[in-house]
Amino acid sequence: MSRNGFLPLGDRMSGGNPPGVPAFLSTAAAAVVALLRRVGLWGRGLVIAAPYLWLFLFFLVPFLIVFRISFSDAVIAQPPYSDIVQLLEDTDLEQWKLQITLNLSTYLRLLTDDLYIYAYLSSLKMAAVSTLLCLLLGYPMAYAIARAKPSMRGPLMMLIILPFWTSFLIRVYAWIGILKANGVLANMLGAVGLVDSNWELLYSDVAVYIGITYSYLPFMILPLYATLEKLDPVLLEAAADLGCKPWEAFLKVTLPLSLPGIVAGSLLVFIPAVGEFVIPELLGGPDTLMIGRVLWNEFFSNRDWPVASAVAIALLLFLVVPIMVFQYVQARQQDGEERR
Amino acid sequence: MATAQVIRNPARLEPWQDPKAVPYVRIEKVTKRFGDFVAVDDVSLSIYRNEFFALLGGSGSGKTTLLRMLAGFERPSEGRIFIDGVDMTEVPPYERPVNMMFQSYALFPHMSVEQNVAFGLKQDRMPAAQIRDRVAEMLALVQLDRFAKRRPHQLSGGQRQRVALARALVKRPKLLLLDEPLGALDKRLREKTQFELVNLQEKLGITFIVVTHDQEEAMTMSSRIAVMNQGYIVQTGTPTEVYEYPGSRFVAEFIGDVNMFEGRVVEDEPDHVLIRSDEAGCDLYINHGVPMPIGTQVSVAVRPEKVLLSKDPPPDGGGRNATRGIVREIAYLGDASIYIIQLHTGKTVRVTAPNVTRRVDMPLTWDDEVHLSWRPFAGVVLAQ
Amino acid sequence: MKRFGGPLGWALWFGYAFLYVPIFLLMLYSFNENRLVTVWSGFSTKWYGELLENTQLLDAAYLSLKVAAISASFAVVLGTLAGLALARFGRFRGRMLFGGMITAPLVMPEVITGLSLLLLFVALEGLVGWPDGRGVTTITIAHTTFAMAYVAVIVQSRLSSMDDSLEEAAMDLGARPAKVFFVITLPIISPAIVSGWLLAFTLSLDDLVIASFVSGPGSTTLPMVIFSSVRLGVSPQINALATVIVLLVATGIFVATLVLARQERQRKRDEQMALQGG
Repeated sequence: MSRNGFLPLGDRMSGGNPPGVPAFLSTAAAAVVALLRRVGLWGRGLVIAAPYLWLFLFFLVPFLIVFRISFSDAVIAQPPYSDIVQLLEDTDLEQWKLQITLNLSTYLRLLTDDLYIYAYLSSLKMAAVSTLLCLLLGYPMAYAIARAKPSMRGPLMMLIILPFWTSFLIRVYAWIGILKANGVLANMLGAVGLVDSNWELLYSDVAVYIGITYSYLPFMILPLYATLEKLDPVLLEAAADLGCKPWEAFLKVTLPLSLPGIVAGSLLVFIPAVGEFVIPELLGGPDTLMIGRVLWNEFFSNRDWPVASAVAIALLLFLVVPIMVFQYVQARQQDGEERR
Repeated sequence: MATAQVIRNPARLEPWQDPKAVPYVRIEKVTKRFGDFVAVDDVSLSIYRNEFFALLGGSGSGKTTLLRMLAGFERPSEGRIFIDGVDMTEVPPYERPVNMMFQSYALFPHMSVEQNVAFGLKQDRMPAAQIRDRVAEMLALVQLDRFAKRRPHQLSGGQRQRVALARALVKRPKLLLLDEPLGALDKRLREKTQFELVNLQEKLGITFIVVTHDQEEAMTMSSRIAVMNQGYIVQTGTPTEVYEYPGSRFVAEFIGDVNMFEGRVVEDEPDHVLIRSDEAGCDLYINHGVPMPIGTQVSVAVRPEKVLLSKDPPPDGGGRNATRGIVREIAYLGDASIYIIQLHTGKTVRVTAPNVTRRVDMPLTWDDEVHLSWRPFAGVVLAQ
Repeated sequence: MKRFGGPLGWALWFGYAFLYVPIFLLMLYSFNENRLVTVWSGFSTKWYGELLENTQLLDAAYLSLKVAAISASFAVVLGTLAGLALARFGRFRGRMLFGGMITAPLVMPEVITGLSLLLLFVALEGLVGWPDGRGVTTITIAHTTFAMAYVAVIVQSRLSSMDDSLEEAAMDLGARPAKVFFVITLPIISPAIVSGWLLAFTLSLDDLVIASFVSGPGSTTLPMVIFSSVRLGVSPQINALATVIVLLVATGIFVATLVLARQERQRKRDEQMALQGG
């Protein structure tokens, strides 16, 4: 794209008067165009500005508001928090003064109350275990698909993505019928006498692991497949030629070269899983504490907006590093594609 | 065609002439099928120690499949492969004393030049100090010592080619396989590298087998060439043999340019043969006999550079190996020119002539009437 | 690996079974007469009948479809512009932040996105009186925001793999940048835009958490209805609903695949004929 984007249109407008248009109108239009151009909001600038402003307003600003409210007091009002910024009239001095009250007690509560710390740690553990399960199940699948005949790869990947198009909620729900007491699994294991029919896996951490692995598996397989498919099989032949047994070639060539896929896939699973709400809510037990659930309850049940905000900010702090790593990997992937 | 064959050390023997010589690589009745498709069809071949052997053929001729069977990436459907007397047919690639230089080079993108070259040695559990020395020595040999820390994508095509070569040679294999080693290089670099490869091979004393579709490359570098077509070996011989005495129409046409005249044998004596060709517009006299009865339809191949052009009729001959035509096209190549001559019989003939004089003084130009003639040894009789 | 034997093949088949068996069981039990979903007592389609009479559910489904269609369309426009900016404009001021705002929503936990948007809407309402209460508008804005990131990533990667010289050729032949975009770039990336729209539509239709935060009274989406029912345990009506959704999606994808495959075959045939003709 040329640097000046849609410039020629502006030139044409200022150039001559289209027939039937009053002179002052086209002059005004030219002036507007010139102004927009001056501030870089014409053509190219406009293409960037529209999504930029949208994301700025609806993605970035909200975080600042969350941050601000996390320092407020909970009050019984509408909305249920105190404003930390207040303009007060000092009647003695006949002056207005700006008063900012930072309430740190919410954060202190997060640090001192075992519930929150436990929930954060438990979320990290649950997400990490589920990510590992996704990797262990997803890697061989992605590898097998990348090594299938080229004509088969499309359909096989389609089968991986297909469940993703059906409702997430319903796929989680499907496991309730399988894992509950007298459910499919209990009946099957009961039939061979391993458990009695009241045995259930539902409402446990294991059920949450299954649920997260099940729901996020496609996110693991997609980037893995992308890197494994790009891997030139000749490299493995070269490794074999230089003396590598197949498993050595896997460790020394395939694994390191698929590392970007492993990192991207793991983060795509790990980051949202830490804040997961639906799966622990539906499949987890009452003592399956995850931070997404705590946030939800603070907000909807306790109506404590400042605490919910503080929980969100703290969660974000946990995720800042993984999110930045993810962005770095993503950007490098993109650059790599551009270089080719 | 520029037949710039590297003139080899004259002291070198030609082991294939020696009936007592033991072949280093023996391919015995090897066939490879992929489903219904026969890629390599009953090929037998003996290659001797220190040879620079070329497998030459077009795409789909089976040359690469044959090479991959030597490397161990494909298993022959039938037949056996021996290297240095050991049956290698069932040995996996990582246990063969053979290394390969891949067409795409197959350099590991996540390793530096040094790590790429060291890879094979590490696999052999060689002590680190020794690896360092060997890698440094090898990189010096291919003039890449300054690039040791770079990644493959930071190198030029020619440099990558040399890394691939170094990586394959550093293990000191008994046999080096090269799959289109110069295919990805530009013309000038290719010519330079051809000589480098030959020098390297002579210095290291390793047997090279190279697959190529480029006849010039094969002629330049190799001690012997096996020409392949549709899974068969059509002819095996030294570059000179293959070029000067093609055994079939396919070989004659595949290697270099050639004019083909159809005709039939009218005289067959032990010391010569005479072939009457309406196409050539004259009788073709060849100074050796052929085991073919009078009246047999044959083709006679005459290379473009063996035909002489003149404005005046050739002095000797008596009408044999001499005909006339009109210059239709001239392609000036600098050192030589290619003339396309239309004979009075209608047949088009290609002639290459060195530009002994300057371009402006050239005696021949478009639409000139010319005489064509060639010596009795020039023609090669090929059965149809 | 050409054939699917060996441990790798087993892993693949196990993975597919893991992905599909739960869905098939769900569909199977939707035809169970018994209210205790997993205890089979006979074939019946009565739950489908009840589904059709559940007006609360149907209203929610209608609302969800509406929100999904609108937000997907907005997301496609904004996401395409964003993808274009990222793929074609090289370095510009604020690119880092821009790239960050595009990729972050892909992984951002939904509870955070939902909470932050709600707080924004509340603050905006207090400040400028808009949006007036929460409902379809706020849900649509929220869905547009996170779906446009997905569209941007899809469009960007399509544009990166597209040859810039096509656009340069068009400009060389005298097309102005805007014309180049509409005549050359847009048709080439149109498959990416279509799949981006479908993805945005699905994501919106599927979202529970964000919608729960930013919806108001009277704007209950389908996932919210399903969630409140599912929280109480299994329900045969939900099984029936799930079956309908799965069948609709499967049919849609099947048709899309067929159309694409036919186009591909046609292209191959044309190419072959061109080769033979040449």
